[in-house]
Amino acid sequence: MDVIWLIPLLPGLGAAANGLFGVRFFSKRTAGLVACASMAAALLLSLVAFFELLGLPADAREKTVTVTSWIPAIPLQLANGTVGTFSIPWAFRLDPLSGVMILVVTGIGFLIHVYSTGYMHEEPRGAYARYFAYLNLFVFFMLMLVLGSNFVVMFVGWEGVGLCSYLLIGYYYEKKSASDAGKKAFIVNRIGDWGFILGIFLIYSVFGTLDFRAVANAAGPMTTEAAGFGTLSLITLLLFVGATGKSAQIPLFVWLPDAMEGPTPVSALIHAATMVTAGVYMVGRNAVLFSHAPMTMEIVAIVGVATALMAATIGLVQNDIKRALAYSTVSQLGYMFLAMGVGAYAAGVFHLMTHAFFKALLFLCSGSVIHAMAGQQDMRHMGGLKKYMPVTFLTMMVGTLAIAGIPPLSGFFSKDEILYRTFLHSRILWGLAVLTALMTAFYMYRLMSMTFFGPYRGAPWEPAHANATNQPGHGGGNDAARGGQDHGGHGTWHGPHEAPRSMTVPLMALAVGAIIAGFVGVPQVLYGGNAIEHFLEPSFVAQTAVAAGHERAAEAVAGAVDPARESGDTPGHGEGAHLPWYGELGLMAFSVLLGVAGIAAAYRFYVRAPEIADKLAEQWSGAHRVLSNKYYVDEIYGATVVSGTLAAARGLWVVDARVVDGAVNGTGWVTIFSSWFSHLIDKYLVDGLVNFVGAALEQSSFVLRRVQTGLIQNYALAMLFGVFAFVSIYLLYR
Amino acid sequence: MITQTHYLALSAALFFLGVIGVLTRRNIIIILMSMELMLNAVNINLIAFSHQWQNIVGQVFAVFVICVAAAEAAVGLGIILAFYRNKETVNIDEMSLMRW
Repeated sequence: MDVIWLIPLLPGLGAAANGLFGVRFFSKRTAGLVACASMAAALLLSLVAFFELLGLPADAREKTVTVTSWIPAIPLQLANGTVGTFSIPWAFRLDPLSGVMILVVTGIGFLIHVYSTGYMHEEPRGAYARYFAYLNLFVFFMLMLVLGSNFVVMFVGWEGVGLCSYLLIGYYYEKKSASDAGKKAFIVNRIGDWGFILGIFLIYSVFGTLDFRAVANAAGPMTTEAAGFGTLSLITLLLFVGATGKSAQIPLFVWLPDAMEGPTPVSALIHAATMVTAGVYMVGRNAVLFSHAPMTMEIVAIVGVATALMAATIGLVQNDIKRALAYSTVSQLGYMFLAMGVGAYAAGVFHLMTHAFFKALLFLCSGSVIHAMAGQQDMRHMGGLKKYMPVTFLTMMVGTLAIAGIPPLSGFFSKDEILYRTFLHSRILWGLAVLTALMTAFYMYRLMSMTFFGPYRGAPWEPAHANATNQPGHGGGNDAARGGQDHGGHGTWHGPHEAPRSMTVPLMALAVGAIIAGFVGVPQVLYGGNAIEHFLEPSFVAQTAVAAGHERAAEAVAGAVDPARESGDTPGHGEGAHLPWYGELGLMAFSVLLGVAGIAAAYRFYVRAPEIADKLAEQWSGAHRVLSNKYYVDEIYGATVVSGTLAAARGLWVVDARVVDGAVNGTGWVTIFSSWFSHLIDKYLVDGLVNFVGAALEQSSFVLRRVQTGLIQNYALAMLFGVFAFVSIYLLYR
Repeated sequence: MITQTHYLALSAALFFLGVIGVLTRRNIIIILMSMELMLNAVNINLIAFSHQWQNIVGQVFAVFVICVAAAEAAVGLGIILAFYRNKETVNIDEMSLMRW
């Protein structure tokens, strides 16, 4: 556990190896091996660290490792006038929250690396190594984000994953749409990061430290800002702005659907399982702060449920398989923020974890489908793929049922926990969340139906040789080929086929995860221990409160974790926020019923009678159009923010061109004119004077030299006149 | 009775004759001779004043002038000879080498 700093470092080394040498020198096999090996080592180390953490008593499950100092101590004034010491170490902290996160990141990351070796196999050698360098670099930054023990180290990871997201979305940079999507993601994230970093500044200004634990401990005894919008509310709101950018919430969600331009494993790892959950993690990490700002919490909950509902409605009509999943991700992230907003931090992180499993699974399955369809992403041109790719079908079905909340799959437990806690908090939010759950089940099963059921609607293929259409032959026999020849060149495409084993094995592993991941959080009422909530709880409360006692903790963090529900003792504690067991079971049954209803409706609309869907779309053409155009959000942003920015930029450009350049040019002209004038003076006045003297002398000498005749008699005559004159003068004026 | 004024008048007349000769004649030998006239006019002046003031210095000075005039005539004639060998003439108008 003392070497947890190695966990991020290992993928970092992998990235360095692949990025510095791999692009030039590594074969595809080596590049893939380096990347997967570094991930496997990080996963192993994470598991060891996690189990060591489990072995500790519940109160002591926190370990900080300071590697070295980074920013040396700088005296810096605080808000209250005292001078604090600003110093940042490279410090990593393992506690239950980051423990869960590193398992999710390294575990799913490892599987996706393995999957990528198959999925990206047709890339040229250098691009292949570049891909793995980026992917490893992403994991490096993501682990730094979740392990960092203070805001600044977290921010390094936060920005780093943003960078890698940009690089990987724009991986096919020859494609205009891909590079545009990368830029969009980067710029939208900048807006969020602006809020985040302002929040960090304010935290330092108020608390004089940026260490998570120190901030939480300092905030613990502070009074809850129930009455008004105070400093803590402002801090948390700024942090939440950062979270909306990274986690694609209203109003900054627009980049995530476009991010699907990246390779599918990237969508699975970054834009479904890990990076986009960083915002949720960050809110959870600062649970103590958020608990003291009920108004921010309310905003978080409302934004969360609004995002969930909006994205789900858009997801209903998407025809691109990856975009449908992207909106589903946005929607599920909305759920997580709803959980955070109603104070169910553990439930939010629990959903984060289960979502990481089933959404990564769904994305990888969609990648497998796209792979099988030779790049086709439009579900209208799929259909009937069940018989061609049974493994993908089965695993994707598991993922679909999990996200729809069918027990006993993982999504059921986490989503039900969120719904339950929301129900206790507010019936309206609960109603919207339940509606979203219904739509989730519907659009996911719609996706399944359009892809795997019904008749085949895709492009025809050459009824070719051997077992090309009749998988899963290859991959089984020739492991080295990894699905080499017959879907390699795609010079001729021999129809949809099952993916190679390097892709199906991660699918199966994730499917198992999607099935069992929920069992760590079986609620009390179903005779489970709700282990994950107890496990995570110390991360969400101030330490002083823990030391003082469990009940005070619950009080200090109003509603962070409701002990009444977990242990069944001290009834009436807190807000009286619990229901009798039959109420809870009733809610559970209701949400399951909704999930089933959604699936049944989708089955009826898209499998049994596909014409109903079209008819409905026609009947509600206005609504359908609005949904198909994603509520015109991109257009609205384009018309307001983007064009406003562009207009401002153009205005500034004009100012630059006219005023600044004009001043510069004017100065130039003035200089030229004055120098020209000075040249005139020089030429005509100074030189003129000199020449005039010369010329005058020359001219006068013309006259005077006549006098020098050389004739001695002339001189004598002059002398005579002179003498005569002088004598005359002498005589006259004597 | 011949007075001081007669001497001086003679001297002045003789001097101006010399001056006119120097200024108007072209032959350099005649100019040289005219200069002798002027020198002798000066001598008459010196002797006249020596006689008037009964001072012998004037006569001594006149003897010096005669000596210098002799030397001057010798040098002058030498120059003229050299010039004549160069230019085949003794015309003063030809002797205008020292001009601009």
